Amino acid sequence: MSLLEFENVTLKFGGLTAVNNLSFEVEEGEVFAIVGPNGAGKSTVFNLISRFYDPFAGQIRFDGHDLLRVKPSGVAAYGVARTFQNIELFDHATVLDNLLVGRHRHRRTSLLSELFFTPSVKRQELQNRHMVEEIIDFLDLQPYRDKMIAGLPYGVRKVVEVARALATEPKLLLLDEPASGLSVEETTDMRWWIDDIRRQMGITVLMVEHDMGLVSGVSDRVLAMADGAKLALGTPAEVQSDPAVIEAYLGRAA
Amino acid sequence: MRIVFKTDYMQDIRPWKDGYQLSLYLILVALAVIAPLVIDTFYLGELANVLIWAIAGLGLMVLTGHTGQASLGHAAFLAMGCYANVILLEQGLPFMLAFPLAGIITGVVGALIALPALRLHGIYLAIFTMALSILVDDIIVLTEPWSGGVGGKYVPPVNVFGFMIDRWGTPWAFYWLVLGVAILVTLGYINLLRSPMGRSFIAVRDSEVSAQAMGVDVARTKTISFGLSCMVTGWAGALMGLYATVFNNETFTVLISIQLLMMIVIGGLGSIHGAFLGAIVVGFLPQFLSISKEYVGMVFGGNSVAIPGLEVGVFGLILIAFILFEPMGLYGRWLKIRTWFELFPFYRKDMFKRQKTYLKTERLR
Repeated sequence: MSLLEFENVTLKFGGLTAVNNLSFEVEEGEVFAIVGPNGAGKSTVFNLISRFYDPFAGQIRFDGHDLLRVKPSGVAAYGVARTFQNIELFDHATVLDNLLVGRHRHRRTSLLSELFFTPSVKRQELQNRHMVEEIIDFLDLQPYRDKMIAGLPYGVRKVVEVARALATEPKLLLLDEPASGLSVEETTDMRWWIDDIRRQMGITVLMVEHDMGLVSGVSDRVLAMADGAKLALGTPAEVQSDPAVIEAYLGRAA
Repeated sequence: MRIVFKTDYMQDIRPWKDGYQLSLYLILVALAVIAPLVIDTFYLGELANVLIWAIAGLGLMVLTGHTGQASLGHAAFLAMGCYANVILLEQGLPFMLAFPLAGIITGVVGALIALPALRLHGIYLAIFTMALSILVDDIIVLTEPWSGGVGGKYVPPVNVFGFMIDRWGTPWAFYWLVLGVAILVTLGYINLLRSPMGRSFIAVRDSEVSAQAMGVDVARTKTISFGLSCMVTGWAGALMGLYATVFNNETFTVLISIQLLMMIVIGGLGSIHGAFLGAIVVGFLPQFLSISKEYVGMVFGGNSVAIPGLEVGVFGLILIAFILFEPMGLYGRWLKIRTWFELFPFYRKDMFKRQKTYLKTERLR
């Protein structure tokens, strides 16, 4: 059984078919990339997994559960974490607090015990911080630990978003354009981190990315999409040499 | 410049940075406790008034400052707390039971009102809550058998641990009661902010989509925030009733709601300090104005000048000035001043520069 299964998923916005009869599976432990021109429906796939949209038809299963029965805030509890294309951090909170929000799905205390900050809340907080510090170490965020997000450079925010997603201890990590807007060095860092996330933490990664260098360097399989439909699926090399993919990106030779 | 070296997670979890900061706050609390021995009855009453406003401000701060939901209806919840408290007292309940219950009732009603209201965003939510504020006047008149309608109600002296507390007879005891409630509410607020629930409030304020992706149930979080906010506001309302001793349908007008919202904006949205600083401005401004009016009258001869609407006008001007020049409020200004001294001479002008939008949530809809 695959970790994530899309089965004939279709999503329409009025007359526009954003995702057209799409099927694919993401296996546990792999890095799976989705590529395609703008408007191909890549981010829509992510938003479907996050349950921001209800598909028109089809099935989405995660780890054997029917994801379509889960409400948007319940997806995280199954072990799916994500980043956003246009960074969606909590701007008026510190990096540490942002990561601690990532721990929300592990909350075991009630509101009342939190208002009195009982020993059990304190224990939970210590445990949360322990986890968060490990992620801060892993992604080299120590210098920014107590800084407000609003004052941080773009590249750092991108990393903080990955860190926040990791803080949820996910099984599947969705990265929506992790390298967009990053410098060459930052992209290289991101590449090693994605590799480490998969190897050291054993987290399956599903990412949307335009940077083909990053995609071919890090991913096991690539899905190419155009106009909401599957164009090609295979290893990075296979997909890059696929005539349909070349046509979608460059157009047909005259 | 003080540098705190962190070697233990507890240093982040406990509410104070270091012993120095803790001792400052303890001195402040000690000063507040011994205030009745030092200052005269009139100013003690004013101080109690400021503290009551601060409690109401803390209530609204949870909702507006930390969850990002603007409310212009909190006078309605002040009224509800006030009436609930007095009606329960009249039913023969002891104050020590009636007072907490008044807040809890207000909180539950607030959470119920929140269920439909929180589908609304930003300005629409403000309009909805403002309507509540206007409605409450009519509701009080319509429910005359319980509320006393236009005739109003009178608050009897209350019994706290065997002490009879009366606003006029024992102003010091009343002041300590208010101070006690203020300290308890503040401690609860601090605990909230350092635990998962408080962080999820901030998450909902700053980005609803990513809060959702992190497993925060946005509707539930907003409802809890509304409930907590109304509970604290209800307590402030009950204390306001005790402070005013008589009140009727016209005590809690929509102007009070607006003043409350202004107060936390002036104080600084999103900080506990802001509620207190704002309360000091709002609480002392009328006194300051009447004193300066007398002074102006003396200088220009004749009696004191009477300018209708002066107070509201000055409030408006102050609010506009703050929004234009110091959107982070008094607390933000204080942080800047403190940083200037701590970093002297390395302070940079744009050190506190942030994104302009405060309610980022609105952008998402």
